[in-house]
Amino acid sequence: MVASGPGAAPLENANPLIYRRSGERPVTAREEDDELPDAIDDREIFDLIRSINDPEHPLTLEELNVVEQMRVKVDDAQSTVSVEFTPTIPHCSMATLIGLSIKVKLLRSLPERFKLDVHITPGTHASEHAVNKQLADKERVAAALENSHLLEVVNQCLSARS
Amino acid sequence: MPEALSLLCRVSAHPESRCWALAWSPSGALLASCGGDRAVRVWGREGSGWACRAVLADGHQRTVRRVAWSPCGQFLASASFDGTTCVWRRHEHGFEVVATLEGHENEVKSVAWAPSGSLLATCSRDKSVWVWEVDEEEQEFECVSVLSAHSQDVKHVVWHPSQELLASASYDDTVRLYREDEDDWVCCATLEGHTSTVWAVAWERSGQRLVSCSDDRTLRVWQRSEGHGGGSEHSWQCVCTLSGYHGRSIYDVAWCHLTGAVATACGDDAVRVFEEVSPVSPGSPVTFGLAAHVPRAHAQDANGVAWHPREPGLLASCGDDGDIAFWQYQRPEGL
Repeated sequence: MVASGPGAAPLENANPLIYRRSGERPVTAREEDDELPDAIDDREIFDLIRSINDPEHPLTLEELNVVEQMRVKVDDAQSTVSVEFTPTIPHCSMATLIGLSIKVKLLRSLPERFKLDVHITPGTHASEHAVNKQLADKERVAAALENSHLLEVVNQCLSARS
Repeated sequence: MPEALSLLCRVSAHPESRCWALAWSPSGALLASCGGDRAVRVWGREGSGWACRAVLADGHQRTVRRVAWSPCGQFLASASFDGTTCVWRRHEHGFEVVATLEGHENEVKSVAWAPSGSLLATCSRDKSVWVWEVDEEEQEFECVSVLSAHSQDVKHVVWHPSQELLASASYDDTVRLYREDEDDWVCCATLEGHTSTVWAVAWERSGQRLVSCSDDRTLRVWQRSEGHGGGSEHSWQCVCTLSGYHGRSIYDVAWCHLTGAVATACGDDAVRVFEEVSPVSPGSPVTFGLAAHVPRAHAQDANGVAWHPREPGLLASCGDDGDIAFWQYQRPEGL
């Protein structure tokens, strides 16, 4: 499950396993018909987050298998989105920053009615509970986003690579 | 049960932002709101609605998280993510900053005045609670104690309705109580039971009980029992846990001192009201029942609830949608 290096790896994951990117989403006839209601689905959420940059490698979260479509759950009718992400190593010091980047990307992209839950895939990080609690605390997320240095780092993760 | 809580009026209070909290002035003539737009707004009645009387925009550099009126109604304190607390004095034409309280290492999350008006408490993400002495004539504030009982971010502080007893709620999942002991302030009780962040606490009018709300989606009612030995020590026990009613984190709770009703603001957008159910026999367990539930009270998370101090059943709520909603609550029959 975990795309990790050797167990003795230091904090930074020097040689991550790289995964193949998924293809473009095929557009169905129903989606082309503007008359029909078009609910937001898992794939659309995945498309929003898969090209977020990893903070320390010139790779996307999809290429590092940090995000996967099967770990995205959206319920458009209930306005809920849940994303599990998998740090590349169990002691990844970037886990909170990665989770925050996913959260900010979704906050900026989705209608405001959506409730966003961003969690670490169970069992894949040593400080899973602490990171999840931090990401779920909207007051601390709001304060973090008023910190211009941190916001700049998040924006770098979210910027499209040329 | 929608008829139990009926909408009177809705105002866009902090547009393009979120409204974090509300506070009624002691007379109930004014309502203060604060939000992510760094402003405090003061609202007064106009006809059947509410109008903005003042915008306090130049006090803070970042989000204003909470506001509190002094018991005399002449001062308003605002706690901000910029690490400071501003004290504003009300005069004929508006409000002016008379003091900026500095010292916390980072975001100030809450502020509260003691019932005497001579003490102020602030709390912060730096894990501390500060008690300030107020010299009203000189308009000076001196820090008299820094309390470091919590191990994490402190979310809320609120004073006992008549005594100099302070309660604080924290990200460390506990509520703590403090009192003065021989010229120093000490933590005199730790209330453990919540399994996640405690966002807010509210005292019952008597001061014998308090209610806390949490990220664990429960409310807990705590009761004071006089200690043995006749000293001033007392212990607190959780006498009731309300679980299963809230869909997400509960951000605020308000215990009405006129009617005894308990209102909550929840991350599932709803505002709810609970009433204590009369005990079947003396000594039977304390129970509360759901008396009102408005599922879409706000278009986004509900953040704050505040009962009017003079008009029974008048409730204000606010949310991430930037709105303030005013509600009239009527206790349902047969509850």
